Amino acid sequence: MGHIGTPTSRVDGRAKVTGTARYAAEYVAPDLAYGVVVSSPVARGKIRAIDASAALAVPGVVQVFTHENRPSLAWFSRSWQDEVAPPGSPFRPLYDKEIHYSGQPVALVVAEEFEAARHAATLLRIEYETLPHATDLGAAREEAYEPRKKRSGIPPPAKPRGDAQAGYEAGAVKLEAEYRHGFEHHNPMEMHAATVVWEGDGRITVYDKTQGSQNCQSYIHNVFGIPSDQVRVVNAYVGGAFGSGLRPHYQLFLAVMAATQLERSVRVVLTRQQMFTFTHRPDTIQKMALAADADGKLTAFRHEAVQNTSRFEDYQEAVVNWAGLLYKCDNTLFDYRLAQLDLPTPGDMRAPGAATGLIGIECAMDELAYAAKLDPLEFRLRNYSEIDQDNNRKYTSKALREAYHIGAERFGWGRRSMAPGSMREGGELIGWGMATGVWEAMMMKTAANAVLHADGRVEVACATSDIGTGTYTILAQIAAEALGVDLARVTVRIGDSDLPKSPVSGGSWTAASAGAAVDAACQALRKSLFKLARGMDDSPLANASLDRVVFDGGAIRLADDEARAVALTDVLTAHHLSLVEEEGAASPSMISSMRYSRYTHSAVFAEVRVDAQLKVVRVTRIVNAVAAGRILNPKTARSQILGGVVMGMGMALYEETMPDHRFGRFMNHNLAEYHVAAHADVQGIDVIFVDEPDEEVSPLGVKGLGEIGIVGTPAAIANAIFHATGKRVRELPITIDKLLD
Amino acid sequence: MNRFGYSRAGDVAGAVRERAANGAAAFIAGGTNLVDLMKENVARPERLIDVTRLPLRGIEEREGGLRLGALATNAEVAYDERVRARYPLLSSAILAGASPQLRNAATTGGNLLQRTRCYYFYDTATPCNKREPGSGCPAREGVNRIHAILGTSEHCIAVHPSDMCVAMAALDATVRVTGEGGERAIPFAEFHRLPGDTPEIDTNLGRDELVTAVDLPAESFPTHYTYLKLRDRLSYAFALVSVAVAMELDGGTIREARLALGGVAHKPWRDREAEALLRGQAPSPELFARVSDATLRDARGFGGNDFKIGLARQAIRRALSQAAAGTPQSQTDKRVQ
Repeated sequence: MGHIGTPTSRVDGRAKVTGTARYAAEYVAPDLAYGVVVSSPVARGKIRAIDASAALAVPGVVQVFTHENRPSLAWFSRSWQDEVAPPGSPFRPLYDKEIHYSGQPVALVVAEEFEAARHAATLLRIEYETLPHATDLGAAREEAYEPRKKRSGIPPPAKPRGDAQAGYEAGAVKLEAEYRHGFEHHNPMEMHAATVVWEGDGRITVYDKTQGSQNCQSYIHNVFGIPSDQVRVVNAYVGGAFGSGLRPHYQLFLAVMAATQLERSVRVVLTRQQMFTFTHRPDTIQKMALAADADGKLTAFRHEAVQNTSRFEDYQEAVVNWAGLLYKCDNTLFDYRLAQLDLPTPGDMRAPGAATGLIGIECAMDELAYAAKLDPLEFRLRNYSEIDQDNNRKYTSKALREAYHIGAERFGWGRRSMAPGSMREGGELIGWGMATGVWEAMMMKTAANAVLHADGRVEVACATSDIGTGTYTILAQIAAEALGVDLARVTVRIGDSDLPKSPVSGGSWTAASAGAAVDAACQALRKSLFKLARGMDDSPLANASLDRVVFDGGAIRLADDEARAVALTDVLTAHHLSLVEEEGAASPSMISSMRYSRYTHSAVFAEVRVDAQLKVVRVTRIVNAVAAGRILNPKTARSQILGGVVMGMGMALYEETMPDHRFGRFMNHNLAEYHVAAHADVQGIDVIFVDEPDEEVSPLGVKGLGEIGIVGTPAAIANAIFHATGKRVRELPITIDKLLD
Repeated sequence: MNRFGYSRAGDVAGAVRERAANGAAAFIAGGTNLVDLMKENVARPERLIDVTRLPLRGIEEREGGLRLGALATNAEVAYDERVRARYPLLSSAILAGASPQLRNAATTGGNLLQRTRCYYFYDTATPCNKREPGSGCPAREGVNRIHAILGTSEHCIAVHPSDMCVAMAALDATVRVTGEGGERAIPFAEFHRLPGDTPEIDTNLGRDELVTAVDLPAESFPTHYTYLKLRDRLSYAFALVSVAVAMELDGGTIREARLALGGVAHKPWRDREAEALLRGQAPSPELFARVSDATLRDARGFGGNDFKIGLARQAIRRALSQAAAGTPQSQTDKRVQ
């Protein structure tokens, strides 16, 4: 007992720092061949001719795969759709001669040695017929459309309320503004890679960098027609993903294709440059129109967004779905459109939609607060919404008000002077800004099993993934808590398609979903063990019931006389069992979903210091107060928020992939020129978890933490920069060029 | 990356001979830039001549100054007690760049020969006059926020990425090289070139020549100096604009002054006319503004980098004040002073 809620170091920490934790590109197999991907330099067109003779002549080269010699593949679009695919026809690598975007894989060179494959890849001669392309959202927005088919899991924008136009006209203070954030790429440290081991009997074991082993397993089955029981996908460790590994990507396809064609093991690892060629956070333009009355109460809230998608899928995210939940307003209008560009389909990147949408909402709220001459926090409190007005539902819990107060207190918000440029120290302008964060508290249907071995070891298993978040650790804590054993006695097995069913790990739902499933399996195991213990000869528990015993210290004890106990190992010995195994599953409650809205909230406070002459910005303090239900492990939870805040700093100040529209190509496609925050940029982040008991949201009272840390952080920083400088920069990231006069 | 031969040079003469005999060979030392370029297929040497075992590693006293062996690593130079005490500008500039890991591997000679970080130069899917002469310069009308504002040509607007070289330019260092024709010394200002009609040629180093050392003259500016580097984050990014200043003050008067800029041109940028405005004057904001304006009188932007002109104008003023006051920019405290 006492495991849940206790700060606990990662149970997989030692394996990671000693290098025994293996990642997709680190698995070896006898006779392993190496594949190197060749990428298209043109953005749209057709492959006219391929001359592979020079590449094939390189000693050690085994094969060059292109659309001309690929195996027969699934024909229907539907077969290529994975569990999180947006509506449309997914990209099919090496399918035909069509070029859909710059960087598209056009060939895989396979050789006995990596070096030979890499060299041969440079010798491939490919002739292209180019066609006109477009990569500029600014131009394409004119042709934006409402997506005809909605993406599963992404609620459409809320229906309009009242009359947004009239409410706007009637307002005493108004704001109309447009905000933009350019393309971002996920850039986890680990490159996407797949090692496919040819087992020799038709079976393959696939080590892929993915957030969902079973999602990849069914993709391989559907696309290649390989029976599912002959495909095992393993992703025991994932070196960061941030959403980049939700869908099966082309490294997986190419490695499986090559391995099954060559009937040998193949590894494909992408380069950092190729990490910019399969998914991205879309470019987004947001139009805001807000008004408030003389008391600072919102009279209109209009939020319209246009984002890019690809030509072949309608990727969608929830950009305009937040203001109606956060703020009380009777006249609203929300609109969301897509514009097609010749790029790969965008994908979910940490807090997809919310990280972006809250830039528009929270910067606009700050601007309107200034127009109303109200403190930005006070302005938000005056418009605080106790219910989800969009759906007319209560929240399972919403401790946002507490988060505002506790965060403000810790930050010292009360000492802020309102006027921009009014706080200064030496040559530095000091700016204090704040913003609200919100994310869905989701739960997905998930299964798990739990085993007690005769030696007292507990093993819990679920096909979910640990993408660096701490899943191994919290599942171990949940099992140790339920069965009353030491954490060290618990082994967690995840990241393997052979294990009980789990969706991809994303959306901040893993802790609530896999956690509840593991808990359910452990509760079932408790029941069985108790039954067995009661049935032992002279059992001290003979007359007890399950609710009158506790599992603690590796034994089942009478609650009111803990000395009367049966050791768990004795239970198995007495019954001559080597193990006892139980299954469990957890699903969201449909009734509860209809009755309540479930969200995680945060209040983010930021301090920036801006050199008055040179406009160099540094973020000196962030206080992020998070209301996320029950916190299973304050230590890994804090890390989640720290990471989110740092990524939010990137969104505010550094991260942007810059296309050259003439080439339809991202130009800064490497980590030297795609800037994420460096250590020096991260100066002080204070994470607070606000007490938020919530029995309704999920079986363990968990809301999830993967996304909430990034949401609100960019706006808080942008608002702080305004407070420091008096300048509103509405195009993020706010680089130095945008602050210079 | 292409296939390449490899040999390890036993002595300087042998290294030079081998290079002269093979036009497509390249010297390799730390490899922190060359290997990247090879991975990108931008550099395709047929042969790598490994010079790391040559006896060019030491830092020695010489005629009141210091001789930095071409193989002295950036870390060795930056943390050398003599360099820190006498040439703190150089130490500071080196520490403003890269990361500890890179500085441990990168050498003095290699740093001089770093190639530009222009996006187009690095991406073989696009044209680039520096990579493929005559193919064009897409940066001029493309993504060019990191590009040059001074000394550009219609063929190339790339910038030299080094921090170390900006300090060496200010210090009037000399580059010592050895070729088949023997040894020679190249004044630092003449080592790197402007792009002109031949942007593919970065330096005036002969094809067969090997950098053996950099000589620092006796005049070392230990008190009034600064290296101010402005970039897109507080560490680990190439300079948008950097300014090296070295000054000698005599009472209240500037006796000698050097001003070099990084991140703005195809070479570390010095403007001797503008520098001359400082000599014999008392430091003042007005004087610094005048010098700053003079330095940038011919600057022009290409859209994305227009801001560099204003940024450089302010950065020069700030750096001159820091140097005059004897309060150099710290490279460990991650903030602009």
